Amino acid sequence: MTPRQVARRLAYTAFMAVVLAFFAVPMLWLASAPFDSDPGLGLRWPDWTLTNWQVTFEHPYALSSLVNSVVLCVVATAVTTVFATLAAYTLSRVRIPGRDALLYVLLLLSSVVTGTAAMVPIFVMMFQLGLTNSQYATGLVIAGGLLPAAIFILKDFVDSVPRSYEESARVFGASPTQVLLHVVLPVARPGIATILVWAFVQAWGNFLLPFLLMRDVSSQPAAVLLRTLRDEGGSANLTVIPVFSLLYAIPVVALYLFVSKRYGFRFHGGIKA
Amino acid sequence: MRRTATRTAAAASTLTMALVLSGCLGQEQESDAGRNADAKDVTLTITSNSDAGGKNEINARWIEEWVIPEFTKQQKDKGVNVTIEHDGIGVDDADYKAKVALDFGTDIGGDIVEIDGIWLGEFAQGGQIRPLTDVVGDEVDSWDGWDQIPDAVEALGAFEDQRYGIPLGTDGRVIFFNKKLFAKAGLPADWQPTSWEDITEAAVALKKLPGVVPLQLNAGTAMTEATTMQAVLPLLAGTGSEVWADGKWQGGTDDMTAVLDLYQRIYQGGLGDPVLQQEAKGRDKSFEMFSQNKIGILFEGDYLWRGVLSADGVAPMADRDTAVGWAKIPARTPGSGVDGQDFVSMSGGSIRVINPKTEFPQQAWELLEFMNSAEATKVRLGDTAQITQRDDVNAEVLTGDPMLSFVAEEILPITRFRPGLADYPKVSAALQQATADVVAGRSAAEASAAYQAAMVKAVGEDAVSGG
Amino acid sequence: MVDAPPARRTGRARDTAGIGVARAVTFVSPALVLIGLFLVFPALWTIYIGITDYTLTGTASVAPKIVGLGNFVEALDDALFGNALWLTLVFVLGSAVIGQNFLGFALAWLLRGARPALRRVVESLVLMSWILPSVVVAYLWIALLDRDGGTLGALIGSPGTAWLVEYPMASLVVFNTWRGTAFSMLLYSSALAAVPPSQLETARSVGASGWQTVRDVVFPHIRGHVLTNTLLISLWTANDFGPFLLTAGGPNHASETLPVFIYQQAVPSGRLGYAAAVSVLLLLVNLVVSAVYLLLLRKRS
Repeated sequence: MTPRQVARRLAYTAFMAVVLAFFAVPMLWLASAPFDSDPGLGLRWPDWTLTNWQVTFEHPYALSSLVNSVVLCVVATAVTTVFATLAAYTLSRVRIPGRDALLYVLLLLSSVVTGTAAMVPIFVMMFQLGLTNSQYATGLVIAGGLLPAAIFILKDFVDSVPRSYEESARVFGASPTQVLLHVVLPVARPGIATILVWAFVQAWGNFLLPFLLMRDVSSQPAAVLLRTLRDEGGSANLTVIPVFSLLYAIPVVALYLFVSKRYGFRFHGGIKA
Repeated sequence: MRRTATRTAAAASTLTMALVLSGCLGQEQESDAGRNADAKDVTLTITSNSDAGGKNEINARWIEEWVIPEFTKQQKDKGVNVTIEHDGIGVDDADYKAKVALDFGTDIGGDIVEIDGIWLGEFAQGGQIRPLTDVVGDEVDSWDGWDQIPDAVEALGAFEDQRYGIPLGTDGRVIFFNKKLFAKAGLPADWQPTSWEDITEAAVALKKLPGVVPLQLNAGTAMTEATTMQAVLPLLAGTGSEVWADGKWQGGTDDMTAVLDLYQRIYQGGLGDPVLQQEAKGRDKSFEMFSQNKIGILFEGDYLWRGVLSADGVAPMADRDTAVGWAKIPARTPGSGVDGQDFVSMSGGSIRVINPKTEFPQQAWELLEFMNSAEATKVRLGDTAQITQRDDVNAEVLTGDPMLSFVAEEILPITRFRPGLADYPKVSAALQQATADVVAGRSAAEASAAYQAAMVKAVGEDAVSGG
Repeated sequence: MVDAPPARRTGRARDTAGIGVARAVTFVSPALVLIGLFLVFPALWTIYIGITDYTLTGTASVAPKIVGLGNFVEALDDALFGNALWLTLVFVLGSAVIGQNFLGFALAWLLRGARPALRRVVESLVLMSWILPSVVVAYLWIALLDRDGGTLGALIGSPGTAWLVEYPMASLVVFNTWRGTAFSMLLYSSALAAVPPSQLETARSVGASGWQTVRDVVFPHIRGHVLTNTLLISLWTANDFGPFLLTAGGPNHASETLPVFIYQQAVPSGRLGYAAAVSVLLLLVNLVVSAVYLLLLRKRS
């Protein structure tokens, strides 16, 4: 190796080491605080104990809130992924006047609705429709906010799937639905998988909508419950929070690992303007 | 054609929105207080900012494990089938308030709703809650429990001389200090300052101790209401002024400048830790530091004693009973406080109101009475001590706790309450901002002038005094 | 729009997949119905609230009055709004346009030829920071940047620095770069796969430096990706509520970006009309960002 190559090699290794440290160090708290007898807002080698876990499991709503989250997020994610895939495929293949402008407008409006200012309209509307206190309805509202970005990303993705595949399938007499299911979906799978994880993550972290739309603490998802882990005066309860944070993070990480192992997790030539 | 269609659609949707907006958000129904008084099947909901396992856990457990079964049983004996639900979730006060406000605008709110006494004015002025005599009837005034509630406490649940709800209890602001640090700094264990000067002198003495923040006087916007309640308002009361007097809010007056000047001496003079004031979790941190003997003097409510430093608190202090001292907050100079007082304090507390839209006003009142009986109040406390709304209960439960007895006996007679007016949150925000300015390095005079300008903008020139 | 009758024909002609009008409508309408009901309707309503003095409590909550453009005029005159707008721009520029974009590209570029094991570890870590729930992430970063026990202070041997108080915006920019780089990295790795290897080979054979290769060979191929990516991450960052969980907008408004400002106005202050108007202004900011992006894109073709 020439000195120049050695220098490059060293620079490369150093850069990767810094990147690894940058991304890993913040997560260490999640590995230490749940097992520390006196968890604080800081990192230290834990004074090992499982008491925090016991306290968390004894919390009346902690575990059930995770189940609620799963229900809520499965609804929001399934609706977002399926509807966005159908819409993105159609919008990619059928030319509709003003399509791009429409997508942009929707993308922009989604930013208004996900903000706090829209809470009154959403709350009053859901109340009038009689849809408060329903996991499913709350999931639908969340999906409504996620759909524009999901369609936007997936459409660009489907755009890059060569049409020749579909044309040849058509030549062999496949129906459009069969084309979608057996030709387009398999090719688009990594992109859809990415959207699926993205939608799940977004729904999983949503606090304001379930908080306003669900009435009963026992049906609240984990995102809301994590904010109720306070003592009488409203100070953070650091016995339960680290453990619960870890429990709360596991499903998303598991979903990601599952999806990425099974379907791949990349845009695979997708998103192209 | 297309354009016309778009325009029609836009007009139609605007109209729909306007109708929905005015229809759903502004309804106010005239109702008969005696409706459904004889119903045999009654459903009532209690809304509170608490849940089992979270914030205000004791309250939530009391409602779910005692109030609901006991009241249901009591009613069953009278042949009435009552179903009570607890709609409780303990979150940030601001989020809870938003939820309650949305509830009041629709029909799904609880029949009995717990709110901070300080929100009463806003809801009353908006008509979302109404005087108890309107909602329930005149028999409210003949409830025997009123005799047990001191007038000052009862005022928490009153607005413009009408009763809107029943308080849950109250609290008081004092100066806590660490006796161990005081001993090291050569200060007395029975310290009782009689002027602001005494406080800063003690802080100067404590400054010599390494690693100790001499004085923690809440400041800044990150501390939100804690800044106003624990610090600014008691200090202001010590200058002889009240934040709301004679129909005007306190502006950038000389008294206000004096308060800010104390802040300046503390935070620009190295007697307090300016960074702590600005951290998002600064108040939690101040609790932790006090329990670790890192803060000498701390302005706080009795919550610090019973909820933070206690064995089951957030920052337990094993030697709390011997190491923590407390003193009354002195006026600026002896006799300079409101009404010529030598010492001052501020108090607050939550109240329970009846939702005017309840289907069962009579039964809701019965439940509210039940929840405020001496027995219910005692059960609510369990083995904890707290200043309740009832004198008879306080006399029993506070005897074993010197700090809370001190508050009940020495502080409540001299304390003041915040004005529960719709504009109060804006004023409080302006006060917090003024202290934040000083902590960030501006002079008291500058901060006071900026405060005056902010107040004029927030509540209008006519409603601000001084300047 | 002028060619209404032939639209069907051209539509069919471009409809290579043979979807057909009926099926197209069936495929698109579920999404559009949901979007219309839960997004467009509340959004328009919010815009309407923006021209009223509607509040959460008090008299104006019962009988809101139309104040026209009053809220907008007030916002433009409000020093705190100007502050929030400026901080939002800094936040977007620093953490999205520069931070996530460059780090994401660098990772995608450098990981192409990396050993699979290294690649997997780096990618997983980067993705993890993207998918963890924001409340959890907030605790992680508070623990990292804490003044007393913070990991960072311990690592660099200077405990006592309250990063979130002394350098709030810089902390948020670094935080959001950490948080969002995964998306750019994913997007650029797939984009780079589309660059013809022969051209990279040619560049290497003529002795072009890494930077020259990226500029002259790679960038022309991925220009569209760069723009789409920048647009999406800019919009997401501009609307991100994450800063609230870390600094609550403090100290003294030093990190109060527009979404935090809107929350402060809407919930603690209860000024829903004003908050809605500011939301509309945030929408306009987003609109400008998208317009710039579209303009750049058009310039290309």
